[in-house]
Amino acid sequence: MNAMAKLSVSEKLAILSDAAKYDASCASSGGQRRDSRDGSGIGSTTGSGICHAYAPDGRCISLLKILMTNFCIYDCAYCVNRVSSNVQRARFTPEEVVDLTLEFYRRNYIEGLFLSSGIIRSPDDTMADMVRIARLLREEHRFRGYIHLKTIPDAAPELIEQAGLYADRLSINVELPTDRAVKDYAPEKNPDQIRRAMADVRVMKEARKEQSYTGKRPRRFAPAGQSTQMIVGADGARDMTILKTSTRLYSSYRLKRVYYSAFSPIPDSSAALPLIKPPLMREHRLYQADWLLRFYGFDVDEIAQGTPDGNLDLEIDPKLAWALANRHVFPVDVNRADRELLLRVPGIGAKTVGRLLATRRHRTIRYDDLRRMGANLKQARPFLTALDWSPRGLDAADLRARFAPPPEQLQLI
Amino acid sequence: MRAVTLPKIGTFEAWRDAARGLLAAGIPPENVLWSRGTPERDLFADPLPALPPGQVTVPKSFVSLAQQVIWHRDPERFARLYAVLWALRENRRLLEDRGDPRIDRLNRMAKEVGRDKHKMTAFVRFREIGDREAPRRRFAAWFEPSHFILEPSTAFFAKRFGDMDWSIFTPDLSAHFEDGRIRLDEGAPRPELPHDATEDLWRTYFRNIFNPARLKVKAMQAEMPRKYWHNLPEAELIPELVAEAQSRARHMAEQAPTLAPARAARVTERLRAEMATPPPVDDRETLEAGLAGCRRCPLWEQATQVVPGEGPLDARLMIVGEQPGDREDLEGRPFVGPAGQLFDQVAARAGLDRRAAFLTNAVKHFKFAPRGKRRIHQSPGRAEVQHCRWWLEQERALVRPDLILAMGATALESLTGDRRNLLARRGRIENLADGTPMLVTVHPSYLLRLPPPERAEAEALFEADLRDAARRVA
Repeated sequence: MNAMAKLSVSEKLAILSDAAKYDASCASSGGQRRDSRDGSGIGSTTGSGICHAYAPDGRCISLLKILMTNFCIYDCAYCVNRVSSNVQRARFTPEEVVDLTLEFYRRNYIEGLFLSSGIIRSPDDTMADMVRIARLLREEHRFRGYIHLKTIPDAAPELIEQAGLYADRLSINVELPTDRAVKDYAPEKNPDQIRRAMADVRVMKEARKEQSYTGKRPRRFAPAGQSTQMIVGADGARDMTILKTSTRLYSSYRLKRVYYSAFSPIPDSSAALPLIKPPLMREHRLYQADWLLRFYGFDVDEIAQGTPDGNLDLEIDPKLAWALANRHVFPVDVNRADRELLLRVPGIGAKTVGRLLATRRHRTIRYDDLRRMGANLKQARPFLTALDWSPRGLDAADLRARFAPPPEQLQLI
Repeated sequence: MRAVTLPKIGTFEAWRDAARGLLAAGIPPENVLWSRGTPERDLFADPLPALPPGQVTVPKSFVSLAQQVIWHRDPERFARLYAVLWALRENRRLLEDRGDPRIDRLNRMAKEVGRDKHKMTAFVRFREIGDREAPRRRFAAWFEPSHFILEPSTAFFAKRFGDMDWSIFTPDLSAHFEDGRIRLDEGAPRPELPHDATEDLWRTYFRNIFNPARLKVKAMQAEMPRKYWHNLPEAELIPELVAEAQSRARHMAEQAPTLAPARAARVTERLRAEMATPPPVDDRETLEAGLAGCRRCPLWEQATQVVPGEGPLDARLMIVGEQPGDREDLEGRPFVGPAGQLFDQVAARAGLDRRAAFLTNAVKHFKFAPRGKRRIHQSPGRAEVQHCRWWLEQERALVRPDLILAMGATALESLTGDRRNLLARRGRIENLADGTPMLVTVHPSYLLRLPPPERAEAEALFEADLRDAARRVA
């Protein structure tokens, strides 16, 4: 404890941002629009979020993403902050977090704060400190920027309710896709409790949507919703298991996002979980599949069709994989097909489909129009027909090979 | 040839006024020369005569398109906009044709301006230039946008930084926000801004939030192009972070796991002892603890939590439904969703006190199929009902009710093994194997699915059944 007292804010920031970087989420979108144009405070949220910088890992830096403390009594094998790790420990005071957030914000470095924490003493104490930081920002400093709080699943529901009244977004990480894996690698975590906490957040949010009989609008609860994260590649779960867990979470708790985070080397790793090169392509494919589930009308079983071993094809994207496995559906006539079918064509996104449908009302679509509307024709070409285009070779055995990257020599980490 | 010179400040409004006049005068696009700022005289240009203010109506989407395109650096932008405005007279729906090259061009220009504006909101970096303790603190920034976007971007900064004064200098124009008022002024060369210690903290953050094991330099540059780097305090770290990344990642992988600190074992031991299942307090707790850990069938995997029965253990009436629904699964209590609310209404009319009865379900976990953001109820199968029957029997043994009210076919199946002919059996008493009398009725969710005329009738029968049950245990 004495050693800690000597740490400067800068040293604490170094330790506690390093400890927070394994959380993939940095979104600042969604929810309520607010501003400080009247001069009575600081900050605004526009609804769409801004990435103020990008680190060389390609990740957006939108929020000041830090841990309140990296002291933790849990021993999760994948986590840099587990009790059995020898990383240096630090702890911010609530005032330090508030000051850093506001000073960064005034210089336009960030959209707001994403605050998480190791579990110290008890879940309630930890959550109460986090709520205090959010309250200081909102009430003392009239901060109207974005706040994302990580909720501690075992904390009292009253604390989670308060957190939701100050924060734009709440999140609870399930971290591993099956209860079995949680038991193996995060023995102190309780998957039942995590699910109940997510259910509580949904119930609290929905309860505050209803107008009371006086017609007064209740204070918004976590207007940007809740999200979660799953680590990919730490346990043996296959992609289809992960995606099934995601669909369950989306439908049960109305999650805004499920983040997939490739298991990445950590300093002072645990013997229980050997380090691997982070499976970045796998992570990318999972995000693509997640998008197909949410915006393209696919369901998990359809995505599973192109994946004999339960894992997504790493060489081609899941939409293309589905199309190659369902060639009888193609070619799709861009001048006649309905929205659902157009959304299934590889290389054509939701925006392009919207433009196609709008233009189609006035005239017939030609091949060149598709390029201007934003289609990726290299992918889409074999799967569609237009006024002056009909594809050949849809049945060709080597169709997949035309899309897959050339084989590469395997590389050691 | 008409020459129109638009001012650097208020360019859009000036263009709109000029275009209205030109259109009203019937001057075709090829006869207009547009320029911005100080006019350079064109040899062939006639001075612009006073034009009658024209009434022009255009599609709304053209206005928003023009409000973006007008700030583009392309000298042709004013002419391109006027040409499309001209063409809109003939074809009002031209903008909807996303394949038309003229529209395509304008949309691409609008997109470039939009991206530039977005990057400006992202990459402006203020430095503090005034007294930190002043009532309104003062900040300033230097920024070099690709297009003339300062004017349309000031609103964003005014809304965001309402309680402080700020200036943004660009080579073209400068914007100042003082005491809540926005003022635009001439551009300036890059000003010397004083050192700001918070920039060092920001660089500390940037260095440490970066994960060296996931190097993706191209992804970074796609979103944060090099042209912005020289005005970003954190960008000076990038070359060094990239160069060190691989060796840092390798070092982490090669390091042998260290010995855990001594306190870790103590903390873990204490925590796991606390987590061990506490001894049962009374029978209900044993039952609920057992239910919470039930893995007899796979329904628990999908559900949030088990929903045990609710009510006094000395209740004379036990009410058995089908299974928890969406709300029950979230809240962990039976009969709180739409069917439960209907039950409460009818029970109140029938004089049945819900709080005096023990309410439970034949199946204790919610069975559903995920559909986007919804969960679609699925009836439990025979096997699930069988597995969960064991728990219903435990509850019956605990409560030993004088009467059981079975609501719906699933409850009947669990209690009697036979789910058939529900509507023929409803309203009657059947004796269970141990002699407990069971009154049969429908499930309230059945009433919710009926069309209104049939529902009124069925609801009256349901009410009569509840009244009968209440009377029998009175």
